[in-house]
Amino acid sequence: MSQASTEIIRISGHAGAVPGAGLNRESRVCKLVDTTTCIGCKACEVACLEWNGYPFSETTFDNTYQTMPETAWNYWNLIKFNEHEREDGTLMLLMRKDQCMHCADPGCLAACPADAAIVQYANGIVDFQEANCIGCGYCMTGCPFNIPKFSPKARKVFKCTLCNDRVSVGLEPACIKACPTGCLHFGTKPEMKELAETRAQQLREQSGFADAGVYDPAGVGGTHVIYVLHDAKHPELYGGLPNDPHVPLSLRLWKGPLKWLGNLAMVGGIVGMVFHYMRFGPKKEEEIKPDDDGRRQ
Amino acid sequence: MTTDAVSRSSVGHNDEMIPRYSLAERVNHWIGALAYMYLLITGLAFWSPYLYWLAAVVGGGPVARSWHPWVGLIFATSVFWTFKEWRRDMQMDESDRAWAKAIPYYIENEDDKLPPVGRFNYGQKLFFWGIFYGVILLLLSGIALWYTEALPWSLRFVRYAAILIHASVALITIGLFLIHVYMSAILEEGSLTSMIHGKVTSAWAWTFHRSWYDQVSRGSRRTQ
Repeated sequence: MSQASTEIIRISGHAGAVPGAGLNRESRVCKLVDTTTCIGCKACEVACLEWNGYPFSETTFDNTYQTMPETAWNYWNLIKFNEHEREDGTLMLLMRKDQCMHCADPGCLAACPADAAIVQYANGIVDFQEANCIGCGYCMTGCPFNIPKFSPKARKVFKCTLCNDRVSVGLEPACIKACPTGCLHFGTKPEMKELAETRAQQLREQSGFADAGVYDPAGVGGTHVIYVLHDAKHPELYGGLPNDPHVPLSLRLWKGPLKWLGNLAMVGGIVGMVFHYMRFGPKKEEEIKPDDDGRRQ
Repeated sequence: MTTDAVSRSSVGHNDEMIPRYSLAERVNHWIGALAYMYLLITGLAFWSPYLYWLAAVVGGGPVARSWHPWVGLIFATSVFWTFKEWRRDMQMDESDRAWAKAIPYYIENEDDKLPPVGRFNYGQKLFFWGIFYGVILLLLSGIALWYTEALPWSLRFVRYAAILIHASVALITIGLFLIHVYMSAILEEGSLTSMIHGKVTSAWAWTFHRSWYDQVSRGSRRTQ
């Protein structure tokens, strides 16, 4: 699934079938986060820092388990805690591991003006290439999940890579490897989707969560990180997960109609001026003519 | 034309130079012009992937991103100073409305059929106010884009508004800029040089800004 680049299709002078050909049924990868079996241990946060070589950031204390309010440029993976009171008065501690969703239709990539600062791989990973990043921050405007974060020191933007470096050599992301409860899964998109749906069905039928479901928002073309939620009708309860995320409309207008209208107007204006000059030529000063009473006007 | 008029004709006066722009006005104009050129080049680089190479011309993408806001401040300062100096000359009045109705004559270079014009004509006034209000909008949206990371997520609608406003208003100013450059540097002979050495010929003033010419020549007679 992840080693599509090393899969051999044809071999010269070789008798018989190509070993390993067709092994990769599916190239699109997916991370599945089952929020219903997360215990909030933050092992994924630690593994992420370990693997990516970032220092432990200062934590904030707000009388909850929350490490810090939101992810940071050097803290890509954060569990969001919410002490939720249900309609029947019982309490639930909702925990959702927040990180880049790796959208199939990424708003960050649509917004980015810098050549090759953001790439989307065939396996679904959306990766920032900091060497090409100019630090404009448009990706922060384009993202509906508040994920890309600006580093004032580097003057560039950073976010979760879905451990592209690990995945490209056939390993699972660091957070998956560290999860002790097995609430994190990694595989192909169809496999993870199926597993998630099975789990949601189990929750609906056997655990009394009638609204349990899978979060794989269609508004951004589906994501390569999907969630199982006890209450899929209210994803906002899980640390502000947007109910129906979309790439912002103003971004679409800017990169769509406005761009073509603007280009047309600029080119049209220049062409118009050339034609005007050819038709009417320059404006020349005239000799001063006195008016009727002989006074120079 | 009467013989009397011919004898008093202004043949000798046509080439007489009269001051139009002070040194401060000219220096400010060219500071603003250079700043705008830089903003245009870097802005277009961010506008389209097909123009991204423009960023390389002025030092690369990250440099362009760092300098664009600062040069924007220089441009805004230049425009606001111009506003302070020219605000009164740029007020629209009754003659501008008459001039606006007669604008086809202006476009077809039949300037003698237009109502007399003061220091600035209706088109120049439109350009001035367009740039003035444009700069205010560009500055406000630009600050939001400059420090996107400082805007909390709950205020993200400001980001959404800023990207659209900044690009739209920039396009309007580009339109105004193109017309301005065409009119002053190419179409109307004597305009570009007036912004360099500060003077125009009497004939130029009489042809394009007759009310201003009357005012200035009366004033100079009074001072003599």
